Amino acid sequence: MKPFLVVLALALLPGIALANDAIQISAAWARASILPSRPGAAYLTLQSDQGDRLLDVTSPIAKTIMIHQVLQSDGVSRMLHLPTLDLQPGQALAMAPGHLHLMMLGLTEKLVEGTEFPLVLQFENAGEVSVNVSVLGIAALGPAEVDQ
Amino acid sequence: MNNIPKINRLKPLRHLAWGALAIVVAASAGHLAWRTLYPSTEPARVVVTGEALIKSQFSLIDHTGQRVSELDYRDRWQLVFFGFTYCPDICPTTLSYVANILDLLGGDADHVAPLFITVDPARDTQEVMAEYVSVFHPQLIGLTGTEAEVASAAQSFRVFFEKRTDETAPDGYLMAHSGYIYLMTPDGKYEAIFLEGRETPETVAEQIQLRIEKENRS
Repeated sequence: MKPFLVVLALALLPGIALANDAIQISAAWARASILPSRPGAAYLTLQSDQGDRLLDVTSPIAKTIMIHQVLQSDGVSRMLHLPTLDLQPGQALAMAPGHLHLMMLGLTEKLVEGTEFPLVLQFENAGEVSVNVSVLGIAALGPAEVDQ
Repeated sequence: MNNIPKINRLKPLRHLAWGALAIVVAASAGHLAWRTLYPSTEPARVVVTGEALIKSQFSLIDHTGQRVSELDYRDRWQLVFFGFTYCPDICPTTLSYVANILDLLGGDADHVAPLFITVDPARDTQEVMAEYVSVFHPQLIGLTGTEAEVASAAQSFRVFFEKRTDETAPDGYLMAHSGYIYLMTPDGKYEAIFLEGRETPETVAEQIQLRIEKENRS
């Protein structure tokens, strides 16, 4: 019986590894904020091979984090609060200024260029995933590798 | 059969003509009624309201605490745009776009008054504006005032803005506004309109430079 259990455990290992790899998060960055009392904006690129749903985002440095979609018509921009965010299988979802962003409210500190802060993302399938976000300049449009 | 008067043979044709006319009248009336009952809910396009209607006219407080009007910037081309500091995504993008344009203008930036007018004066006080604009560009001028003064300034530029209640938003409301950037002549008349993402900062700087040069020649 014992060899069988070992084989079973070994067979499950890649499965566990896969669960951790189920979500790829890249280009996690935020804009430096000017006034500590004002909201900050963070951007991520998310991809899931199986498809997933982002349910919640939290951070020890923010009271609330909301997923915002920018709607533009005739030069007027409106923020649409999305309760969750669906990830299509294998399709990268890139947040970017003027389109999709995480609005961080009630910051405990100013976002200072060159620093990092943690974000905790709650996914329907992948569970809880942590990511470190780099704070870029106030005028940044994305990480350098995205710009080029 | 041959005794039927000719006129009667034309009767179906007459009915057809009257019928067609009735349909046209009914359709026009219907369209008119529809337009009256359901006017277009889309926000007014700035291009439709007429360029000549857009003028620079305001009385506001600048970020140094001075009461200012359009006359204070009379000798300069005004580059005017609206926004608010609670907006973390679009507004910093527009402000850096304008800062970029000013950098590209170099020495010619002295002929330009870049005016950032808040649509959220309740939270964007003079002190907040001072701290905010200085981060983007030393020449940037932040303007605020009372709700009525800001509304009147927006009206003179035909700028749309709204304050929408949203329980999830900080202080319970969200702002929406048009992101157009207006180039006004030194005497406060409408000259051109730009939009971040539509024109590159290089294009805008070039457009402004051409006008400054033309003015210097005349």
